[in-house]
Amino acid sequence: MKNILIAALLLFTGITVLAQETGADKVLFKLPGVTVTDLKGTKINTDKLFNEGKPFIISFWATWCKPCVKELTAIADVYEDWQTETGVKVYAVSIDDSRSSAQVKTLVNGKGWTYDVLLDQNADFKRAMNVNAVPHTFVVNGKGEIVWQHTSYSDGAELDLINVVRRLNAGEPIAH
Amino acid sequence: MKTYFSTFTILLATFIILIPALLTAQNNSVGSQVNGNFQMDAQYYRVDSAIGAEMPVPEKMLMNSWTNITYMAGNFNAGLRYETYLNPVNGYDPRYKGTGIPYWFVDYKAGQIQVTAGHIYDQFGSGLIFRTYEEHNLGYDNSLNGIRVKFAPVKGIELKGIYGNQRFYWEKGRGIVRGGDADFNINDLISSMEQSKLRLQLGGSFISKYEEDEQIFNKYDTVNGIVKDNEPLVIPLNVAAAAGRFNMIYGNVGLSGEYALKINDPNDHNDYIYKNGQALLMTLSYNKQGLGAFVQAKRLDNMTYKSIRTGADKALDINYLPAITRQQTYTLAALYPYGTIPNSEMGIQAQVNYKIKKNTLLGGHYGTDLAINFTAINSIAKEKIAADSIFAIPNGTLGYTSSFFAIGDTKYYRDFIVEIGHKFSKSFKLNFTYMYEGFNIKEIQNHDAPYIHANIFVVDMTYKITSTQAIRVESQLLITKEDEGNWVYGLAEYSVAPKWFFSIADLWNSGNSDNNKRYHYPMVAVAYNNDANRIQLSYGRQREGVVCVGGVCRNVPAANGFTISITSSF
Repeated sequence: MKNILIAALLLFTGITVLAQETGADKVLFKLPGVTVTDLKGTKINTDKLFNEGKPFIISFWATWCKPCVKELTAIADVYEDWQTETGVKVYAVSIDDSRSSAQVKTLVNGKGWTYDVLLDQNADFKRAMNVNAVPHTFVVNGKGEIVWQHTSYSDGAELDLINVVRRLNAGEPIAH
Repeated sequence: MKTYFSTFTILLATFIILIPALLTAQNNSVGSQVNGNFQMDAQYYRVDSAIGAEMPVPEKMLMNSWTNITYMAGNFNAGLRYETYLNPVNGYDPRYKGTGIPYWFVDYKAGQIQVTAGHIYDQFGSGLIFRTYEEHNLGYDNSLNGIRVKFAPVKGIELKGIYGNQRFYWEKGRGIVRGGDADFNINDLISSMEQSKLRLQLGGSFISKYEEDEQIFNKYDTVNGIVKDNEPLVIPLNVAAAAGRFNMIYGNVGLSGEYALKINDPNDHNDYIYKNGQALLMTLSYNKQGLGAFVQAKRLDNMTYKSIRTGADKALDINYLPAITRQQTYTLAALYPYGTIPNSEMGIQAQVNYKIKKNTLLGGHYGTDLAINFTAINSIAKEKIAADSIFAIPNGTLGYTSSFFAIGDTKYYRDFIVEIGHKFSKSFKLNFTYMYEGFNIKEIQNHDAPYIHANIFVVDMTYKITSTQAIRVESQLLITKEDEGNWVYGLAEYSVAPKWFFSIADLWNSGNSDNNKRYHYPMVAVAYNNDANRIQLSYGRQREGVVCVGGVCRNVPAANGFTISITSSF
């Protein structure tokens, strides 16, 4: 019986993957719609994340994740320049659960970050985006379609991220 | 317990998943899509009796792996996870042994209603009475197999109902868990509040679990002159819990809290007492650009809440009781990790994060990040209800009394942490951490040894050679007279962004009072990343210890060997 399920799954995966590959630019997938909250407690549907038609970055992180904090700190140093140049916006999605979610706001303010910070306390958005581990970064085009993703962070990797945004703005293909 | 995965459920799942897949294939205007991820961790073991890995692993190699596939088409969503543990990596519960699809769901939205059938992860409030989640790196999954309905009649109100059984490794628990949650955003509901400086959300939730009757007997005891000798306990079949919460923000100040009450729930974890359980979690915060601070207080009394009354160790939890300690990731700061003590705990945590501005004396050219954290956790005060009982908490009674604000004498945990981060130049960054940790190893890890006082120092330096190449060095020192004495840890890492990463590390128990136990735990690792694919190989010794992520802890046995990890998302 399990074979039926697996066969069915492979079938519909094949159909959909074929359908996806036919698009002109390589779109990985569209933003799924789950509920997260902002730092004021307001619920936000993730398929409504938007940057006025311009590309944006979604970075999954946690207060206890050292490479995540390092990545967001590195981006914070150049964020103003990035925004002026490309109009990009960063959504920093914290997967801290109720143990450490109080620390999110404190850390974000204490570091002076100006990102749009979202709380994904029970990892619903993380699961919908199929994130294995943090840090995990996505670049989303102006239509809400994910065009690039990357896992882990090492010093200097943020250059790749902004280059993807630049290529998107210039209408150039994104190297995979 | 029933078989977790019947033929019927497979067929049903197949139909539900397949039909929309085919429909949308015919008409792709809905826009169907598939995404997913994969993870595999395989470990090859060598015998190393010195560090406690003396038992040979007959399979030589053990492997955990899971694959998620999510399907989306308009307002329809479905997904499943294939898991295989052949056999489970050491430290994971052996009951995971096997292969199967323990998780699948279908979900659709139709206007104000959203229905989910299958396996559900959800949380009411901060989770004090209900949270189902998975943390597969710890082998934890308490998903609810059943249904969920969400109803949003107007903007600002969300109602949720859930009904199901919980996952128990490859089976499901026999207890039935059902309940509901209501969430109100006052700023959305009252039009005059829409632009108010005051942001206010209120919520309330209710959960009831049902479990079949079973015979459980008193231990021999005398309670207030009455001799009890193996008498059957009257077991409540339905156990209810309720919680209320608020979240308020006024300008820079925030105050939030949740209170939960659980009605009599005699179970293996509370010595079969009938006392009600209580939990309170309060957070006060102050935030502005460049400064963040909060104080958090917590009280837990008899709050273990599981869909099985006779134990089940680390499974079938209905609620989640967050530990209010900082989650540590530096090796030595994480050597003694705290985990919540659900039946008796009172604690306070405070933290300040502050940025010293750029171009000042202490801030330098790039500014300096400061963080200070303080945590203190004790038991709650408990008064004996029967002087003549041979037990501190006589089973089959109300157990004990405890006044709500009375702090107990047993110290569980203390910490005081100072972190300073400073970028000296474009190419050199330094983070310094000092931590004092007080750790009651007897109460937290059930290990009969004196209370540990430890001073921990961490220096973490990054030097950028070019814009994409960097060397990072961590030096750590833990000083203590107790337990295994002092520890030293050193790590050097070389990275070529965004693809390559090499590291070499050594953990050394330099201060063990027994000269023959001053072991080294060397480890080398290399990782390759390409987009969302990652392959990591590591070789070395792994210390016996406890790994905690997001509040759940797992015992990791000592190991010596080779590990390969592959993760991928698409």
